[in-house]
Amino acid sequence: MAPRQGILDPEGETIGRALRELGYGGVTAVRAGRLIRLTLEAEDADAARDEAQRMCEELLANPVIEDFAVAVRPAAGSAVAGGGGA
Amino acid sequence: MRFAIVRFPGSNCDADCHRAVEEGLGEDAFYLWHRDRDLGGADAILLPGGFAYGDYLRAGAIARFSPIMKAVESFARAGGPVLGICNGFQILCEAGLLPGALARNAGLRFLSHDVHLSVERTDTAFTGAYRRGQVLRMPLSHGEGRFVADAATLDRLEEEGRVVFRYVDAAGNATPDANPNGSLRAIAGVCNEARNVVGLMPHPDRAYAAILGSDDGLGVFRSALATTAAAVS
Repeated sequence: MAPRQGILDPEGETIGRALRELGYGGVTAVRAGRLIRLTLEAEDADAARDEAQRMCEELLANPVIEDFAVAVRPAAGSAVAGGGGA
Repeated sequence: MRFAIVRFPGSNCDADCHRAVEEGLGEDAFYLWHRDRDLGGADAILLPGGFAYGDYLRAGAIARFSPIMKAVESFARAGGPVLGICNGFQILCEAGLLPGALARNAGLRFLSHDVHLSVERTDTAFTGAYRRGQVLRMPLSHGEGRFVADAATLDRLEEEGRVVFRYVDAAGNATPDANPNGSLRAIAGVCNEARNVVGLMPHPDRAYAAILGSDDGLGVFRSALATTAAAVS
């Protein structure tokens, strides 16, 4: 999740300034968010994505100030690959 | 009148609220635990400052799911006076009882110093004892106090007279320098539509007696007395 467009992100701005001072002049915008890695059991990748989506809506993100995106990948040793498993 | 103060794991201004009510106001105060499920016959609810659940995830995000919050929400929706101070304000916003959100201070620093506030509205459950435009001085103490909402919500709050406190200078002007944390429209406190739920970031509970440096905050608690008396009569 990351601060919504239009919401001031002072942390992202500070990081952007530091990057430009280091010579990365091509950096035009930085939005600093957070990553939450969930390990969960689900029928398949779609079910996992749906559940994580609901978790974001209910608790993990605050829609007033944050946007979020969900990405799914199989846990190590999992039988379920992204769309592949039985 | 009986004020209930809800303690969450990590609350640290619960005793300040208790003293403000008992010593400052001369009314009864008692504590509720976040795992309680009823309000013990309270006439008003105070959600105190602190760092409920360590402020993990976001300030107030986890506290809003405490068992006690179901009872607080019913009480609020029935018109009962509910005040959230600092972390309590953050919890009320997360719970959807108040609009907007409290984001990290624009300067990225934890702030702890006195501020001046103007009383924008006196027709709420916690500001009836003040004059409109009155300038109050009290401390604030927070890392996440920047009031944020989308433009449509901000416009609606202004139109409906729901901006209750604004950061101002000592003369009562909302200058950029007087806004400590980058809050949009210098908003320090808001209320719900029914005006019985109020939240603010600064601490009236730390400014209830002259010996603390200011007794400007006492009116917040005194206002609840008049509110309840009016509801009874």
